[in-house]
This record gives sequence, structure tokens and C-alpha cells, in this order.
Amino acid sequence: MDEYKGKTLSWRLSDGIVELALDRPPANEIGLAMLEDLERFASSLPALELKASAIILYSAQKAGFSAGADLRELYEQARKMDAQSAAKGVREFLERIHAALNRLDTSPLTTIAAVHGVCFGGGFELAMVCDLIIADKMARFCFPELRLGLVPGFGGIPRLKRDIGNAVVRDLLLTGRSINATKAQSAGLVSQVAAEGEALRLARATAAQTTKFDRATAAAAKKFIKPLPAEELRREIDIFCELFTRPAVMEGLRKFVENAGAHPYLP
Amino acid sequence: MKTIEQTTDEILNLAATHFKFPRADLQPGDDFYKKLGIDSLQALELLTRLENHFGVELPDYEVQGVSDFHTLATRIQARL
Repeated sequence: MDEYKGKTLSWRLSDGIVELALDRPPANEIGLAMLEDLERFASSLPALELKASAIILYSAQKAGFSAGADLRELYEQARKMDAQSAAKGVREFLERIHAALNRLDTSPLTTIAAVHGVCFGGGFELAMVCDLIIADKMARFCFPELRLGLVPGFGGIPRLKRDIGNAVVRDLLLTGRSINATKAQSAGLVSQVAAEGEALRLARATAAQTTKFDRATAAAAKKFIKPLPAEELRREIDIFCELFTRPAVMEGLRKFVENAGAHPYLP
Repeated sequence: MKTIEQTTDEILNLAATHFKFPRADLQPGDDFYKKLGIDSLQALELLTRLENHFGVELPDYEVQGVSDFHTLATRIQARL
């Protein structure tokens, strides 16, 4: 389908470019509803890929691209279950989101994330699925998972390792600090830094450029230079699920959910 | 090399401009969360604006717990 409006996102194909807008207040937290919409998008890709050259992912929410996984939903779901059932549910969620993101990762189309504001955790992982990240200079990137006693679970570590040097990966993961767009560009994560409010416009100009190329050639180039780190992605799910069963994780989630202080997003 | 007073003054100017707050009402010892009435996302915006303005990196853990302009200035000053 060329056009779709779901609960958490919408997309539209026009002039050979698919624009997908994340639109779940307050900050595009990725929970079950967004997973279902992302799955719908993934299943629509075969048809879209016959008509388009590029896909742009952006956020219609002022707060930013995405604050990451919906930790409140995760906590509320998990606390109703015993530890074994919660772990099983988490694994099912991860398997599903990996399948959707892997499909987007390997799309023969050129994929661009236009990022502004917060791009944290699962949101950062979603952006990293794309071939290019074009970031507003006010964008901020972070992997805060370690403060919950977890590792990124939506494919973040294998994709970081695919894209950048191990020292930067360690810095991001082991400190959990956030970095701005300029730093992310110098690290090799961001391809273009836009002026404030201009990321989507630059992404559209970049996507328009891709329509000039032969699609089969662009797809072959992408397939050659951007292999899916399938084995490591599988391993990441296992590590996440092993860590998730520890009581410290539920305690960390509880603290996050109940935190009414001024710094809930700061690691 | 900027003095701590210059750095503090630039932070106050930047905060006043961005949050549309009267500059004359901002003092170095003010709690910026309370005075500006900002939340965590706006604090992150301020952090990013300060990094862009001064051309420095400010790791979150260095400014976590900091809530007044003067202490913020000392953190920036250490990286100029």
C-alpha cells in the first residue's frame, strides 16, 4: 500500500520516495503498537520497493526522533507475569522487532533517517538501521541501557560494530553518555549535520539524488557494503534475555517508571 | 582563555535567549530547573546548545546533579 496511517506512524509514497513519519506522543516510545505498525511497514516493503528509490524515516513529534523502547509498557507487562513468562514475552518482542528492522536494514532502497531531538536507545537503533543518518544539530544520541542493567536489544551493538570503531562503541555503551550530532558525525554515525529544523529538508534533497541512479546498481552496492550481522544480532537477543531475568532489571525499570524527577531521560 | 565570569555570562545569555526569559532576572547561583521551569528534555536541549556554543563535549554524568549556572560554567570551563 502506497499510503498508510496507523496508531503510531504513517507513510506515503510520492515521486519515488517513501516518507515514514513516527508519530506517537510524547517521544515515539517503541512499544507493541509501534512494533505492529513497523511490522506492517516491513510487510509492505516488497510492493513499495517496486516503485520507490528511497525511504525517509523521520519524527512528527517535537521531542525528537525517538526516546527508545517503551519502558513503562515493558515494566507494566512484565510485573504482571512470573520471571519466566516475562522473559518469554521479551524474547518474542525482540524476535519480532529484529525481523522488522532487519527487513528494513536489507531493503534494496536507500534508507535515510532524518533525526532531530532525542534519539535514544531503541530510537537510536531504529535510526542505525538506515543507510544514512542526517541529523539536526540539536539532535542527541545515546545508549542508556546499562543503567537498567541491560544492553541494547533492537540490534544496536551489532550495527554499531558494523558502522564504527570499537573504541567509540565502548565509549557509548559503557558510559551511557549522550552525544550531539557533531560528535556523532565525527564518530562516523551521522553522514550530514543539518541546521536546526532542516534535517528533513536535507533528507528529502538526498533522497531525490538517489532517484537519479539505476536501482539495481544502487541495490547491488548496498548489498555489498552493508551486510546484515545476522549471527551477532541473534547473540544480542540471547544476551538481552539472559540479563533481563535478573531482579536488578525489574528494579531498574521500576525506578525509571516511578522517577518523577527532573532527569528521567538522563543516564 | 575565557574567565569563569565570561563563561557564566555567556551561559546566562544563551539560556535567556533560548527560553525567552529576561536576562536581568537570571543570576549565576540560580537553579535553572526552577528558574526557567524546564524539564529533562529541555535540559538536554540546553546541554546541546551549550556544547554547540562553546565547542566542547559535556558528558551527561558530569552535569548530572548540577542545577545552577555557576557550577555549569565550571564544568564547561574545565573543557575550554
